Amino acid sequence: MKVTLFATCIVDMFQGNVGKATVELLERLGCEVEFPESQVCCGQPSYNSGYVKESKEAMKRMIETFRDAEYVVSPSGSCAFMFHEYPHIFAGDPVWEPKAKALAAKTYELTQFIVEVLKVEDVGARFEGNVTYHTSCHMTRLLGVKEPPMILLKNVKGLKFTELPGKEQCCGFGGTFSVKMSQISEQMVDEKVHHVEETGAQYLVGADAACLMNIGGRMERLGKPVKVLHIAEILNSR
Amino acid sequence: MSMKIGTEQFKERVDSGIHDDFMRGAVAGAQDGMSLKRKAVTTDEMSNWEDWRNHGEEIRQHVLEYLDYYLEQLSENVAKRGGHVFFAQTKEEANEYIRSVVQKKNAKKIVKSKSMVTEEISLNAMLQEEGCEVVETDLGEYILQLDDHDPPSHIVVPALHKNKEQIREVFEKKLAYTKTSKPEELAYQARVTLREKFLEADLGITGCNFAVAETGSFSLVTNEGNADLVTALPKTQITVMGMERIVPTFEEMEILVSLLTRNAVGQKLTSYITVLTGPREELDVDGPEEFHLVIVDNGRSTILGGEFQSVLQCIRCGACINVCPVYRHIGGHSYGSIYPGPIGAVLTPLLGGYDEYKELPYASTLCGACTEVCPVKIPLHNLLHKHREVIVEKEGKAPVSEKLLMKAFGLGAASPTLYKIGSKIAPAALNPFTSGDKISKGPGPLKAWTDIRDFPAPNKERFRDWFKHREKGDKRP
Repeated sequence: MKVTLFATCIVDMFQGNVGKATVELLERLGCEVEFPESQVCCGQPSYNSGYVKESKEAMKRMIETFRDAEYVVSPSGSCAFMFHEYPHIFAGDPVWEPKAKALAAKTYELTQFIVEVLKVEDVGARFEGNVTYHTSCHMTRLLGVKEPPMILLKNVKGLKFTELPGKEQCCGFGGTFSVKMSQISEQMVDEKVHHVEETGAQYLVGADAACLMNIGGRMERLGKPVKVLHIAEILNSR
Repeated sequence: MSMKIGTEQFKERVDSGIHDDFMRGAVAGAQDGMSLKRKAVTTDEMSNWEDWRNHGEEIRQHVLEYLDYYLEQLSENVAKRGGHVFFAQTKEEANEYIRSVVQKKNAKKIVKSKSMVTEEISLNAMLQEEGCEVVETDLGEYILQLDDHDPPSHIVVPALHKNKEQIREVFEKKLAYTKTSKPEELAYQARVTLREKFLEADLGITGCNFAVAETGSFSLVTNEGNADLVTALPKTQITVMGMERIVPTFEEMEILVSLLTRNAVGQKLTSYITVLTGPREELDVDGPEEFHLVIVDNGRSTILGGEFQSVLQCIRCGACINVCPVYRHIGGHSYGSIYPGPIGAVLTPLLGGYDEYKELPYASTLCGACTEVCPVKIPLHNLLHKHREVIVEKEGKAPVSEKLLMKAFGLGAASPTLYKIGSKIAPAALNPFTSGDKISKGPGPLKAWTDIRDFPAPNKERFRDWFKHREKGDKRP
C-alpha cells in the first residue's frame, strides 16, 4: 500500500526521530512511504489565531501537494484534524472546496491508519517500561480518534501501562495560546506534569508532537526525570 | 451590578485569579465533582444521550429561526391571561419600564429570585437608586449580596469561589450570626432572615428559564424553592427574560428542562420546577395580583441572523464552564463579566463589545471540551475561533507585531522555498540560544515559551533531508 507521509513542520524541524520512527513502522507494516518535498505547514498556528486569509495560501499548497496521494498519514492528530477542517474553511469555494473534501477523506492520523485501514492491532513491538499516555484534545475530541492508540499500546510486549489522571484535560498548549496566554498555559501544564508524576511512569507517550513539546519542555525545565516519547517511537521499538 | 465586573485589565485579573489558592482549589474540586455527577446522569445513564442533544439543538434552532412568531404568540397569550408585556430593546428601556411599575405600585421592598439577565441590565442598581430594598433570595446570590456585592463567578453556582468559613464570616459581620460554619446552620440562618423578607415584600422579581409561547407561561428551575415564594407572596410580580428564552409548547420545555438539570447540576430533576401563567385568578389561593413580563433584547437581535446566532441556543446550564481547563485555573472573576467560561468568552464580547473584551476569545486552547458537553450543541470553540477571525480581519484589533509575525508565517508556510531556507538556517540562527539539545532562553516570540519551558533545538538534519538521503540508499541512523 502506498502511503504519503504528512510529517508536519514540527517533526521536520524539531522531532526528526518521530518522522523516522513513523517511516520505519509503516514500512514494516508493508507500506511504501513517500514524502512530497513541497509540504510545509498545514496553517494551523495562524488559522487558529484568526488569520484566516493569511493561512489559506498555505492550505492550498498542502491540498496541491497531496492531490495524487492515495492515503495521507500524519504522526499528529492535531495536524491531521486540520486537513479535516479544510472543507469547512473553503466551504462555498467552487474550486477549493471539492479539493479540500478529497484531501480530508483520505487523511488519517498514524494510529488510526494502522488500526482502521491496515487493520493491524499488534504491530509486533516490544518496549520495556512503565508508560502513561496523554490523549490530545484535537485528536480525541475533534478528529474523534480515541481507541486506536490504546489498542496498539495494549499489544506492545513488555509495556506496563498506567492511565493518566485527568487525561481528558488539555495540557495548555493551544498553539499561540501557549505564548499569548503563557500565564494560564503555565498553570495548565503544571497540573498535567503533576498528574504525570502521580502515575509513577517512566515515559509519557502521546500522538501529537506539539502537546509533547509543551509537557516535555515544562518537565525538562522543572528537572523531572520522565522521558517523553511519541507513540510512533514506542510502536517502532523491537 | 452590570455585565462587567471589576475595573482591572484582563492580565491583572488573571494574575489575581491564579494566585488565589483557595479559589483554585474550590473551582477544581467543584469541576471534578460536577463533571462526575453530570456524566452519571447523562452519558452513563442514557445510552441515547446524543439523541437528546440533537433534539435539544433542533428545538433551540427552530425557536431562533421563528423567534418573531413565538415572541408574538407568547406576548398574546400572556396578555390574554391578564399579564402585561413589555419589549425592551435596550437595558435602559427595561430599567425604565420596571422603574415605572415600581413607582406606580409605590414598592419599597423587593425580593428577587436568581436571574442573570437582571444582572446584565444592572437592575439592582436602578432599584437601589429608587430607594428600594432589594433582596436576592437564591442562597448563593444572597451570600454575594451580603458580602458587599461580591460578583458571581459562575452562572449556576454564583458563590462557587467561597467556602463555608468565608460564608460564616459574612453572616457574622452582616447578620450578627453567632453559630458555626456548618452548612445546615448557615442555611437555617439564611432561611430565617429571608422568610421575613418574603413576607414583607411588595414586589417580586424573577428571571425565566423557559417561557412557553403556546400558553404564555414561564418556568423557573431551582433547588431552593425561593422562586416559589417570590412568585406566591408579593402582590406584584415582574419577570425578566432574555428574548431568546422561549419554547413553543410544554413538550419542548420538558426536554430542555431535562437537558438543563442533568447537565447543570447532575440531577434528573431539580427540587422545584415552577411554572406560572399570568396573575392570580379567582380561585387561586396565592400568586400576584399584577404580572409584568419584560422581554429583553439588549443586543440579542444583532446576534440573531449572524455568524454567532448559535450562541443564542444557550440554556445557561454552565456545563461548558464546569469542563473548561482555562476557567479551572483562573476562576470566574478573571473574565470580567457575569458570564464566565467558554459561553462567557463567546457571549460577553458580543454583548459588551470587543474594546472591553477582546482578550476573552483568546483565553482558550480551542480544546473543544466545551463543545463536547454542550447539551444544545453550540460549537463553542468554533465561535471562539470566529471571534478571533473577526478581531483580526474585520475589526483590525490585533497587535501589529502579531500581524507581522503571522504574515511572515503565512508566507513561509505557503512557500516551500522560503520554508526550506528558513528551516535550513534555523539551527545556525538559534545556535547562540542553544545549549545541548534545548533552548532555555529564546529570542523574540520564543521568549514567552522559554520563560516557562525548554524549547527543543532544531534538528541538525531536518527530517526531509534524512528521508531524501535514505531514498538514495544512504545508510543513515
